[in-house]
Amino acid sequence: MRLAYYPGCTMKTDAKNFDESTYSAAEALGIELLEPTRWNCCGTVHALAKDNVMNYLAPIRNLIRVEQMNEAELVDDKRVVTQCAMCYNTLKRANADAKADPDKMGKIRDFMEKEPNYQGSVNVVHMLELIKGLGWDEVKSKVVKPLDGLKVFPYYGCLLLRPREYGIDDPDHPTVMEDLFEALGAEVVDNPYKAKCCGAYHAVHLKEVAADLSYRILRQAQEAGADIIVTACPLCQFNLGDRQNEIKKHQREFEGIPVVYYTQLMALAFGKEGTGFEQNIPDPVPVLEEKGLL
Amino acid sequence: MSNGTSELYFTFRPENAALKAKIEELSGENIDLCFQCGACSSSCPLTSEMDLLPSTVIRYAQLGMEEVLGSKTPWICITCFNCEIRCPRGIDIANVMEAIREMVLRTKYDKFTLDELTPEELRELPQIALISNQRKLTA
Repeated sequence: MRLAYYPGCTMKTDAKNFDESTYSAAEALGIELLEPTRWNCCGTVHALAKDNVMNYLAPIRNLIRVEQMNEAELVDDKRVVTQCAMCYNTLKRANADAKADPDKMGKIRDFMEKEPNYQGSVNVVHMLELIKGLGWDEVKSKVVKPLDGLKVFPYYGCLLLRPREYGIDDPDHPTVMEDLFEALGAEVVDNPYKAKCCGAYHAVHLKEVAADLSYRILRQAQEAGADIIVTACPLCQFNLGDRQNEIKKHQREFEGIPVVYYTQLMALAFGKEGTGFEQNIPDPVPVLEEKGLL
Repeated sequence: MSNGTSELYFTFRPENAALKAKIEELSGENIDLCFQCGACSSSCPLTSEMDLLPSTVIRYAQLGMEEVLGSKTPWICITCFNCEIRCPRGIDIANVMEAIREMVLRTKYDKFTLDELTPEELRELPQIALISNQRKLTA
């Protein structure tokens, strides 16, 4: 299966391990991911103000690239696979809103007169939806190293689940990552914090506020006896993982817990190279070695 | 009802209607649907940092009160959409917060610029954080 894959900016820098492990996991599942040539910023956040058409240009331009890939028969269908939760949400919502509003679509087409008109035919999907569509038995059949004894704490954050009509799963009780990790042989730690906010971009100018929100999630994981937290968003990963040293300064009883992208553990379970664990903060290698997985 | 609150009901002037109409136009939400149940405020993870509760912002917006434009609350709102999935009246409160932010930003106001960060902080932060922050907080 050849599909268009939109990575987004952070996947090529701070979240290279997410990008790399996405390719590894997809390869094991028989999915060939192809990036559009000349992809640009996804728009990062969806324009919630109704008259803000300008912020649609970046996401729609990417969707035009996907239509072009389909026309050139480089990919099998008109889906575009995303990973970063923000890219997913922004592309998904811009696509839906532009399609539903002919006036908006007209303005977008007029503004980008040198581009072919966007036909509105692209379907934005998240990698987790794609994997779920393959079936958990299919996932299980590819496992060569079951994640036996690893207590995994799935964390979804906001934009994969909300707003409701654009979410990949039930916004209150998502189960897609739980099902995935059961298929990979791990022990899933169900938790009420899996859809809470990590503090998102407040990490830039309200560091302490973001750190406090993240700590509530980390504390829950520690109290539940989890070995590892699993995320699906580079910003969640930064707030929950990279910021732990900062959090520890204020929270003496917090011991620290590794945080990885879900595809990193998929690549590990599928016996693939390219797990990218060396880029994670804190280092997940000791706990994975302790469990006999590395 | 305190004197402060009852005053609200007697100060609704034509200019208040204009502010309310602008918020409704930009947000695309019918804020009159709100009956002040407070579900948005109880589901919001950031109320401890706010000066007005999200449900209070909606009430003030219904009354077209300028206080919403000077409130901290829309800037603390991080559009996590928890309120959106909880509102029994189907109002997307995050859209209302964005409308208020936009009204202030469109006076060429920047809430926060990257000049305020040290080079170390800039290097440490991933683009996803910087760009989303600037998209929400700068004109």
